[in-house]
Amino acid sequence: MSQIVYQRSAGLQDVETHYCPGCHHGIIHKLIAETLVELDLCASAVGICPVGCAVYAGNYLNCDFIEAAHGRAPAVATGVKRTRPNLPVFTYQGDGDLAAIGAAEIMHAAMRGEKFTTIFVNNAIYGMTGGQMAPTTLEGQKSTTSQLGRDRQHHGLPVRMAELLSTLDGMAYAERVCVADMPSLHKAKRAIKKAFTLQMQGIGFTFVEVLSTCPTNWGMSPVAAGQWVKDTMTQYYPLGVIKDVEGTL
Amino acid sequence: MQKELWKGNEAIAEAAVRAGCDAYFGYPITPQNEIPEYMSRRMQEENRVFVQAESELAAINMVYGAAAAGMRAMTSSSSPGISLKQEGISYLIGAELPAVIVNMMRGGPGLGTIQPSQSDYFQATRSPGHGDGHMIVLAPSGIQEAVDLMQDSFDLADRWRTPVMMLADGMIGQMMEPIAWKQRPAAPAVDKPWATTGQGERGHTNFVTSLRLDSVDNEAFNEALQQKYADIGRQKTRYEEVDCEDAELILVAFGTTARIALSAARKLRQEGIRAGLFRPITLWPFPTLALQQVAGRPNVRAVLTVEMSAGQMVEDVRLALCGAKPVHFFGRTGGMIPEPAQVAQEIRRILKEEQA
Amino acid sequence: MKAKVTFNLDRCKGCGLCVSVCPKHILSLDETVTNVKGYHPSGIIDQDKCIACGNCARICPDSVITVEKFPEDK
Repeated sequence: MSQIVYQRSAGLQDVETHYCPGCHHGIIHKLIAETLVELDLCASAVGICPVGCAVYAGNYLNCDFIEAAHGRAPAVATGVKRTRPNLPVFTYQGDGDLAAIGAAEIMHAAMRGEKFTTIFVNNAIYGMTGGQMAPTTLEGQKSTTSQLGRDRQHHGLPVRMAELLSTLDGMAYAERVCVADMPSLHKAKRAIKKAFTLQMQGIGFTFVEVLSTCPTNWGMSPVAAGQWVKDTMTQYYPLGVIKDVEGTL
Repeated sequence: MQKELWKGNEAIAEAAVRAGCDAYFGYPITPQNEIPEYMSRRMQEENRVFVQAESELAAINMVYGAAAAGMRAMTSSSSPGISLKQEGISYLIGAELPAVIVNMMRGGPGLGTIQPSQSDYFQATRSPGHGDGHMIVLAPSGIQEAVDLMQDSFDLADRWRTPVMMLADGMIGQMMEPIAWKQRPAAPAVDKPWATTGQGERGHTNFVTSLRLDSVDNEAFNEALQQKYADIGRQKTRYEEVDCEDAELILVAFGTTARIALSAARKLRQEGIRAGLFRPITLWPFPTLALQQVAGRPNVRAVLTVEMSAGQMVEDVRLALCGAKPVHFFGRTGGMIPEPAQVAQEIRRILKEEQA
Repeated sequence: MKAKVTFNLDRCKGCGLCVSVCPKHILSLDETVTNVKGYHPSGIIDQDKCIACGNCARICPDSVITVEKFPEDK
């Protein structure tokens, strides 16, 4: 009799995704899927998907989903969680969605300590619309709207959302992770599971920032892109726990 | 029936609570601030949801979330804040979600004034949000009617899976009138199998969305939406006609302006001038057939539309009558309120003109 | 212990992430094969060396890999 070491998670719908080869959305979706299965939340979870490449996340994850307008997912999640507090609620947002147009919504959700989880996929670029500069694009990084590279004089320096939001009392748990190699992937899974667990305990707003690749718009192979996350992105966006109120209690 | 003296904004808020509003999300803006203020206390008393959002934009998106989760959700604002909500309203329409939105209109454009106006008629009836879509628009002309229509707002929203706007003005919001709280049988609760309540034993996930990238799908959706609007329009549109049977001039006005117009008409009766009032209550769908019928009577020589705007509803009046009778317009803008004497003067002038 | 790694070849996008995380370096993209999407799908080139760690399956963004292990013959 064989023993399954790993197979496709039941937390995913059995469909192909539209994501580019090697896109980390696929990996992050899996970690959420596995978490929902392990915590037995597939039947009750409601996810809010962004405008961005993950606009179709509701077709891929095996739980109820709501499509939000660009940046508004934290407000939508507030509407769901406040009226149905027993449901696990999470937003899944990219860097343009969360840190540009949605900056007010995410800030106030954290400020109010809304009891949902945000998975923030930070790949330092606008993916869906073809590679424009994002609030998290690194200094010197080229994009279609910063063709000579991000310039601090003209564009300012990028924003570290996990740290910024952690200055707010309502933030209960914030960790930055990546999925660029196996040890990092396991840590990312643990962080996501912890975020959902704390939500179900009613602790407060939980936030996992996942440094991710966009091989297509970075102009790199998937493997090289993963390396760029490890070598370059983590220099500006350090991995690790930024805030954990449970740890200080 | 026992009557109580209530301020418009507070009565509308209380009416929403009694109509079963589960969640209110709002933001301060004059002249509707009493609504979020009242709701902040009242919803807590009822153990329901109240959030003062970070903006009107956030508030409408909170409504969207609560509505998607199958709850009765509401927001209120005034003109500039409604502009911010247009994106969210379009999404509500595209996802076919029920919601109630109250607009206490103020003079614009831009930041404008806090005084009353009716200059968001176009926005409400033509373009609640981008794209081909509508919401039901109800226009009370006083506090009692606003209170009565609030129950209808929630019921219509649920029944038709559409946002519903109560379009009022700062006068209605700020004034006080005696009202009666009528006991009404509750409309049967509407089943919401499409709501995101967790898939449970449902057997499939629900995905509330307005994204339809394939134009074939999107056209089919739009056609179904237009069919829904045709069905709504075929239901009884609502209006009131006063003193129109023998009228030689029909005034068409809604909201506060209707009461002013009626004052003018009643005064003129003493001078032997026969003016009547046709008051649309559903601004969308517009009571076109009823207006055609009333204005089409042989004794009617002219129609005068009176609005607190540069002339918005008058276009629907002209569209309805298609040249059958001459349509005139009188309005005040920028937050100015017309006086009955001004309306009366206009009526006299028009009838004299029509005579000549 | 024997291990068996199976690929849903039609869903593989040839991204190469599985190849990069295999500790035994026994995966590779077969450039002589093109799947229905037009990609060179991944495949295992020496099943006997597989230790059933599951790394490949865990990192695959498209969940095309299943890893099984069999008890050792006594």
